[in-house]
Amino acid sequence: MPEIKVTPLGAGQDVGRSCILVSIGGKNIMLDCGMHMGYNDDRRFPDFSYITQNGRLTEFLDCVIISHFHLDHCGALPYMSEMVGYDGPIYMTHPTKAICPILLEDFRKITVDKKGETNFFTSQMIKDCMKKVVPINLHQTVQVDDELEIKAYYAGHVLGAAMVQIKVGAESVVYTGDYNMTPDRHLGAAWIDKCRPDILITESTYATTIRDSKRCRERDFLKKVHETVERGGKVLIPVFALGRAQELCILLETFWERMNLKAPIYFSTGLTEKANHYYKLFITWTNQKIRKTFVQRNMFEFKHIKAFDRTYADNPGPMVVFATPGMLHAGQSLQIFKKWAGNEKNMVIMPGYCVQGTIGHKILNGQKKLEIEGRATLEVKLQVEYMSFSAHADAKGIMQLIRMAEPRNILLVHGEAKKMEFLKDKIEQEFNVSCFMPANGETTTVETNPSVPVDISLNLLKREMALGGPLPDPKKPRTMHGTLIMKDNSLRLLQDPHSDADTLTRIYTHLKSVLKAYTIQHLPDGTVMVESIVIKVSSTAEEPNIKVILLSWSYQDEELGSFLSTLLKKGLPAGL
Amino acid sequence: MMAAHLKKRVYEEFSKVVQQHPLEEVPAKKLRLTKPSKSAALHLDLCKATNPTDALQYLLQFARKTVEAESVEGVARILLEHYYKETDTSVRLKIASLLGLLSKTQGFSPDCIVDDAISTLNNEKSHQVLAQLLDTLLVIGTQLPDSVAITQRLIEVACKHLSDTYFGVRNKCLQLLGCLGTVDKPLTKESDATTGTSGAPTRDVQSVISDYFADQDPRVRTAAIKAMLQLHDRGMKLQQTIYNQACKLLNDDYEQVRSAAVQMVWVLSQLYAESIVPIPSSNEEIRLVDDSFGKICHMVSDGSWVVRVQAAKLLGSMLQVSPHFLEQTLDKKLMSDLRRKRTAHERAKELYASGEFSSGRRWADDAPKEKVDTSGVNLIDSGACGAFVHGLEDEMYEVRTASVEALCLLAQSSASFAEKCLDFLVDMFNDEIEEVRLQSIHALRQISIHITLREDQLDTVLAVLEDSSRDIREALHELLCYTNVSTKECIQLALLELLKNLTKYPTDRNSVWKCLKFLGVRHPTLVLPLVPELLSTHPYFDTPEPDMDDPAYIAVLVLVFNAAKSCPTMSALFSDHTFRHYAYLRDSLSHLVPQLRLPGKKLTSGLGSEACGPGSGSVESARLFLQDSLAHVSMLQSLEAPGAQDLLDFTIRDLQRLGELQTELAGSADFCATYLRCQLLLTKALQEKLWNIAVPLCLKQNAMASAAVKQILEETYKLEFLYSGLETRQVATIHHVRLQAKALQLVLTARTKRGVDPLIGISEKFIQEVESFQRLFMSELPHFQESFVEKLLEVMPRLVACKPLDLVKILQTTLRQSGFLHLKIPEQIHRASATIIEPTGESDNPLRFTTGLVVALDIDATLEHVQEPQNTVKVQVLYPDGQAHIIHPKPGDFRHPGPGRVRLITQVYLSHSAWTEPCQIEVRLLLAYSSSTSKLSSPKPAWNESTEGLPQTESSIEGTIPLSKPVKVFIMPKLARR
Repeated sequence: MPEIKVTPLGAGQDVGRSCILVSIGGKNIMLDCGMHMGYNDDRRFPDFSYITQNGRLTEFLDCVIISHFHLDHCGALPYMSEMVGYDGPIYMTHPTKAICPILLEDFRKITVDKKGETNFFTSQMIKDCMKKVVPINLHQTVQVDDELEIKAYYAGHVLGAAMVQIKVGAESVVYTGDYNMTPDRHLGAAWIDKCRPDILITESTYATTIRDSKRCRERDFLKKVHETVERGGKVLIPVFALGRAQELCILLETFWERMNLKAPIYFSTGLTEKANHYYKLFITWTNQKIRKTFVQRNMFEFKHIKAFDRTYADNPGPMVVFATPGMLHAGQSLQIFKKWAGNEKNMVIMPGYCVQGTIGHKILNGQKKLEIEGRATLEVKLQVEYMSFSAHADAKGIMQLIRMAEPRNILLVHGEAKKMEFLKDKIEQEFNVSCFMPANGETTTVETNPSVPVDISLNLLKREMALGGPLPDPKKPRTMHGTLIMKDNSLRLLQDPHSDADTLTRIYTHLKSVLKAYTIQHLPDGTVMVESIVIKVSSTAEEPNIKVILLSWSYQDEELGSFLSTLLKKGLPAGL
Repeated sequence: MMAAHLKKRVYEEFSKVVQQHPLEEVPAKKLRLTKPSKSAALHLDLCKATNPTDALQYLLQFARKTVEAESVEGVARILLEHYYKETDTSVRLKIASLLGLLSKTQGFSPDCIVDDAISTLNNEKSHQVLAQLLDTLLVIGTQLPDSVAITQRLIEVACKHLSDTYFGVRNKCLQLLGCLGTVDKPLTKESDATTGTSGAPTRDVQSVISDYFADQDPRVRTAAIKAMLQLHDRGMKLQQTIYNQACKLLNDDYEQVRSAAVQMVWVLSQLYAESIVPIPSSNEEIRLVDDSFGKICHMVSDGSWVVRVQAAKLLGSMLQVSPHFLEQTLDKKLMSDLRRKRTAHERAKELYASGEFSSGRRWADDAPKEKVDTSGVNLIDSGACGAFVHGLEDEMYEVRTASVEALCLLAQSSASFAEKCLDFLVDMFNDEIEEVRLQSIHALRQISIHITLREDQLDTVLAVLEDSSRDIREALHELLCYTNVSTKECIQLALLELLKNLTKYPTDRNSVWKCLKFLGVRHPTLVLPLVPELLSTHPYFDTPEPDMDDPAYIAVLVLVFNAAKSCPTMSALFSDHTFRHYAYLRDSLSHLVPQLRLPGKKLTSGLGSEACGPGSGSVESARLFLQDSLAHVSMLQSLEAPGAQDLLDFTIRDLQRLGELQTELAGSADFCATYLRCQLLLTKALQEKLWNIAVPLCLKQNAMASAAVKQILEETYKLEFLYSGLETRQVATIHHVRLQAKALQLVLTARTKRGVDPLIGISEKFIQEVESFQRLFMSELPHFQESFVEKLLEVMPRLVACKPLDLVKILQTTLRQSGFLHLKIPEQIHRASATIIEPTGESDNPLRFTTGLVVALDIDATLEHVQEPQNTVKVQVLYPDGQAHIIHPKPGDFRHPGPGRVRLITQVYLSHSAWTEPCQIEVRLLLAYSSSTSKLSSPKPAWNESTEGLPQTESSIEGTIPLSKPVKVFIMPKLARR
């Protein structure tokens, strides 16, 4: 029985450093190659020694596919390709290819320049790595080699995020990457056709959550900002540079436009500007509204949002500032926060999760006095709000995707074990398919029962049609006789050239073409009649290849009979 | 190509010889090929064609021409003849399609070619041609719906070919069955024998079609469902047995099949709503409509958006569904990390209930509550669960719009559901696409009779007032007019936000005032406790008098006064200046400020009793007054009696005043007043002494009379086209007055012009008009006794024969003798009117632009009771030099905010040569009319024995009626600087 093997090197019962190995139909594919945010040692990258102890990965892997540009999905890519060594193709979508190097470079800078690590990949390595990337389009079937083909589907989540279908022959696997089943302000919802893969590898970050409508949250967010600005207060929104930031920008920008507001909105510069540029370019990857209106105006060409300068923070009057980083642990967002924290008119909105120990986490928990850098205490008077804008599918979304794709098996990754357990039960209960949740390094094997396609010769098919009923019924198997030829990895079903019936048919067709003026009948009892002359074919079991042809005629038809016998003695023409 | 042309020419010339050919061949058929017909030419062309490409070319050329009904059969026979000879499939295909096309020819009955068309099927090998032939048969069949025999034969043919291997043939067969099949008659036995299908000996069309629900080809499956739907559309009752099959098709792999299947399930749910179906894998049973509702709800989260749109739309029409299932559609159980969580809607409700509305959300305020029993969580939505939650959050705005629409329809029929979907609709106010926002506001307005808004909900609704889109704001004002709120805080909040809106967008003034008017009318008791605060009165101190011109202050007053109307105690809280302001506003904004009964105040009414009547009574009494006045007038037999004209004068004045005071009756009052004025003018013109004086002496009087005639004519056009709701009788009366005026005109012309020649034309025309009057208003003639027309008609034979001068004499006497025709008051008459809101005409800043270029002027106007405004309303721009331009606004510029009301928001382009100084141009709206589009001429007279004369078009007069007051705009075209 053929089987598909899946081994997570990262993201198995865990979130971070997504890296999943798939062996299907003799091909090995690596899905994502991410880093773990939580570690600064060797554990931050997937353990590539699982694939091979020494030597390059090229000979073990047929291709690498990156689902989207988040570092936990692509952060280890230069390390793997340049330092461990991989020269094969790396597939990613166009936006991912564009934005990924920016993030990798940023990541490298922080690790090497700020933290001073040495044994790390260089800028050149990132460039070299990106040279190996082959960009793919949505719904484009890419032939990696003769047998392996991949196809990308829209996944929402972030710009350029894709789900991939990997197919070898009749076996297939779908890997979702991170995806979102509800559309947001700048991206659409994930979509896949009913491709019925053998395994669906899906993320399960929010396996135990069913989320409320996004509109309420958006409205709350806008109301908060609006009220504060109307009061003359300043709003600080700490964000990560890419992804949610753009969504919030669009949200505020359209709101400002709709409500005719005048207060300035700033965005702290940096890599955002570059990234925004790509958002402008890849309009086809955004949602319906942006796609439809970009002819009049590209929504990412912000009218109200301007670049931030650090001197602006002291300007009087209301303003809204997006600043990095998102957890208020350092950088510009922290500086602005320190300036504004003392005024109760101001507000800070945390749009995402904050790690324990960061200032973001402290203020969210209601801490009113902060010690910053061990010196002065900072009194927090400004309002603190929390708004979660997450772009992962919730439990219902995951179920919805499963329903869309109708997979035969499901494999959960990118989530916590406990939560997966719940989802696994639910899936098995409601879809009645088996569900797996391997840990890192654990291999899941799924036996497949692929249907073997066989080419059938047209002649055989036509003969079957003539003999059988009106239409082939897809639900009923039917037996037919023929010869199966296995040659060059292909299977062909041909009409058996050596059966008696076939010989007779050939004789029949031959005679029919030669004796145009005579009535020639192919009778169902296995004879051919030419006028009154009967022709039969028989052979012995010992020597099936020797055919005996019997001709019988009455004296009246002597002339025709002898003509026929001489004709048949000459043999059949080669064409038949 | 050239050769082909030449060849054709030749045949056209000799076609007389050739045309006999088909006649001889089929002598049995009666063919009337009188003209040199195309059939002959085609025949020869086809014979000459050496290769299929040529033949195809001829056929294509032929297809572009029209064929007369009488030569269709000949052409069809020639085509069939060639069909048998033709070996090339594409040519045969084209011939088959041409046959179908020809069968559609008006006036041709295709029953004569049915047999031939059917027999062609038997020998056809090509599947494509077969499909086309069946299509042709379908056309023939639909052309002959009454012929049972032919239909039966066609159905047999279709059944026979259903087993074809090519999907196109099967598709066409199914289509044929759908279009022609009958349910009540089972297919005959021999048709079954020919199809060779096993099973029951007699089968009806439905079971035959339903066999193909499981066809291998999705296109055939779709065609089968569509055929079934077609049967339904034709009024056949579908059997309930196909319900299960239809439900299975909902899970098809192909979206077209699913899309059709959704429709079919819906159709069945409407047909067998109350049937009981079992729930699979359980012993329970539910109503079919509930079951199908659940299934269609499921389709709202389908993979294809086309299907989603369709499903969402259909949900709106499933009103029989049980409330339990209906409410599930909005259900969404939230969960976070396996713990139950409340939705934002629930939280808002609780917060509000605890009295702590508008507190900011804290970190972990939405912290999950109790642990969820894992076995109880159902992640797959079974049935209707959360269908609308999905639909409203869909990626495609088409789906969202469809969901809002459906939600609105369902909520209109169920109050409790309306209550539930309120939060969701309010959420949609925040959609990213304006269309969706607008629609959800409209939807909320439609269901608002069922609901009372909570304060927090109102708050969210009001936030939209700041929207920069005027449409949205106005839709919201409209919504607030219909909204019920629960507390006085709500009123305060609404007022506050509306005032904010007023300062931000001053152009919304009228809309905001109107909105407050209704708010006041709806909630008098809630406004009452707010009055001191609103009017900033103080128990001890006098407060400064507010500025009367402040729109915000007027807004407050409008709210208070309208509330005071049904709350008599309120006026005790007013201070002195409030009463003064009331009097002022009552006069200046009478449509916004109602009549109040104020203690110790004299009512400012000039009409005595009827205006004093409170509330609804006043309308009744006003109506009585209207009738009384008209009755008084109708006492008059002739207007020449002494005092009669005075009475008329007074009545006209009274009616006009009544119209101003009673908006409900304004249309009727104005209409009557105008009519009476016409009569008065006519009488006056006739009364002039001119009739006895010699011609040269009465130039002045003549001038006066002809001016009167002109005015009467104008007024009659206004009467006819400006008012809606007229009955035939009134239109006839108007036409009658017009006729009189025209007669007078004729008499006057006869007196002023010398010679008979010019008179001949005019008098002929006049007689024609009398005739057309008679034709148009035949049924009304009994009401015209003793009238001008009746008298004319009596002497009609003489009129037609006599000379123009005699005619004039007859007219002169008839005019003077004819009595005064009384007006029957129409039930409900509305006068079309328009107000230009923008430009206001108040600006002193000229609009500067360079000559030779254009400047766009924004126009915003409201139209009331205008029928078909897209065709009739024009904008006129009048330049100081007398140039007038008429601009036709685009149909898209007209919006419909409410019944009977239309809003025109458009831009007109101005341009002019250079001026030295800014000058005013006038902009106004016109109502274009043409008497041929008169309300009566639309149904064609059945007695059109005389079609040669076209009196209607001949007498059609096009013109325009000013619809609005002109607005002046300063403009200043400057020379271009070089």
